[in-house]
Amino acid sequence: MKRINQMPLHLMLLPGVILVFIFAYIPMSGAIIAFKHFVPSKGIWGSDWVGFENFRYVFELPGTTQVIWNTIFIAGMKIVAGLVVPIVVTLLLNEVRKTFFKRTVQTLVYLPHFLSWVILSSILIDILSPSGGIVNKLIVALGGHPIYFLGSNTWFPFTLVVSDVWKEFGYGTIVYLAAITAINPALYEAAKVDGASRWRQIWHITLPGMLPVIVLMGVLSLGNVLNAGFEQVFILYSPGVYESGDILDTLVYRIGFIDTQYDVSTAVGLFKSGVSFVLICVSYWLAARFANYRIF
Amino acid sequence: MDSSMGRKTFAIVNYFLLGVLAILCIFPVLHELAISFSSAAAIAAGEVNLWPIGFTTSAYEFTLQREEFLHATGISLLRVLLGCSLNMLLTLLIAFPLSKESVLKFRTGYVWYFVFTMLFSGGMIPGYLIVKNLGLLDSIWALVLPGAVPIFNVVLMLNFFRGLPKELEEASFMDGAGYVTSLFRIYAPLSMPVLATTGLFTIVMHWNTWFDGLIYMNSLQHYPLSTYLQTVVVNMNLGSMSLEQLKQFQAVNPQNAKAAQVFLSIVPIMAIYPFLQKYLVQGMVIGGVKE
Repeated sequence: MKRINQMPLHLMLLPGVILVFIFAYIPMSGAIIAFKHFVPSKGIWGSDWVGFENFRYVFELPGTTQVIWNTIFIAGMKIVAGLVVPIVVTLLLNEVRKTFFKRTVQTLVYLPHFLSWVILSSILIDILSPSGGIVNKLIVALGGHPIYFLGSNTWFPFTLVVSDVWKEFGYGTIVYLAAITAINPALYEAAKVDGASRWRQIWHITLPGMLPVIVLMGVLSLGNVLNAGFEQVFILYSPGVYESGDILDTLVYRIGFIDTQYDVSTAVGLFKSGVSFVLICVSYWLAARFANYRIF
Repeated sequence: MDSSMGRKTFAIVNYFLLGVLAILCIFPVLHELAISFSSAAAIAAGEVNLWPIGFTTSAYEFTLQREEFLHATGISLLRVLLGCSLNMLLTLLIAFPLSKESVLKFRTGYVWYFVFTMLFSGGMIPGYLIVKNLGLLDSIWALVLPGAVPIFNVVLMLNFFRGLPKELEEASFMDGAGYVTSLFRIYAPLSMPVLATTGLFTIVMHWNTWFDGLIYMNSLQHYPLSTYLQTVVVNMNLGSMSLEQLKQFQAVNPQNAKAAQVFLSIVPIMAIYPFLQKYLVQGMVIGGVKE
């Protein structure tokens, strides 16, 4: 094959390499302020080293353990519900024979994924309001007492999980529906000939057909154990529910931008990035090992 | 027959369940739409459900006369335009060389250089400090440049490029073309469907993102629409307001005006939604499992 000058290829990469260097690698090196006492006038490099002082300070704060627990609790529930609900809905959708009905349902359930938390939260605040929100009107009509979903520490984490599932379950069905289309129809024909009921067909053909994707999604979600959903929590929480709803990311934001303790905030962020990095590496390794998945 | 009875019952229950789920997904949006067209009195009385009560378009008139709203919309449009074209150009420029597996020198190094940023980040504050030190605060570039290289889209595009037959390119080399011609005359035109998909997702992403606007912009006049809505319209920190402030807030932000602004802001997404949906399954499959 004819040799072609490689130089243009490297030049094409150059702008991307520079941008990533500035906006990803410089901040990574800037994260060393987690180990410094950051004084703006001295800058990142000129500030004095303090070792693990910032970490020690944060982890000795009374609320930090609770924040870590909240993060794992909320993220964990979201991971489990985010796996189970789309799988169940996919199976239900797959049993629908009327194409028009199926298409309409799909069109409607994908929609919330594309609306931002800003929009959805303004709607949620309306419909969940304890005074006159439509959900509470329904609860009262059924003989219950109004619930302050966004203001009660008992309800807040579950409100987060349910509203997150509501936003994402439809979108989540796409991968599973794609997996089902790859199943050989001859398998169903053979099962019918052998007298298998719909239920047995789901159990012995559809589910095993989806299994590789289910395993893959499950394994990859491991990387999200510390991602409880910053934007959603940030918009929906208020000081009254910090006890149950404050998560690592919102703590980073408040320490950093409200208290302007850049060094302490970065320490919390670095703790989160570090743990997440290990989790993501493990999840990719598992995915490559058990689901034959390669990102590139 | 027993089993056909069971199947029929299941079918009815199934249709019912899915119908309820679908309604649950669209209902809040319709509810908001109804509120935006209702009179303030009817909303306060809690009469509005799915249909406007005391129909009025005053909320929309109010919104469309609000200078800040229009200004913020302008900034968002500019952001989408700049951000989207930059993202797509960089996606092509990075994915193309990286798809030349046995040709490009240091390919593995380059790939890891980009992919590593997906695995680890310096965090919120160091990211903020670099934008600040570059003097980008209050500038539209602060919303566009930090996320200019969409690594995930690069991976999608890279895998797509690898699937194209090499013979096309080799033929053009015979005719004296170089890599630049090959990218823009052969690969880019062939990848239009993927480019369109990732482009639509990028538009939605840029339109919806609000947090960067909140930290990188110091004043309201620089906020993109999403950030404007978050701070001015939604603002959950009502608890921290005094009763006096709260009254004032509600006076300039009647609930129907709030709903009208929220609804206007999702019109562009609704407009491209049919196209998005068409490409959804296609796009997801491209990034999927490889044997």
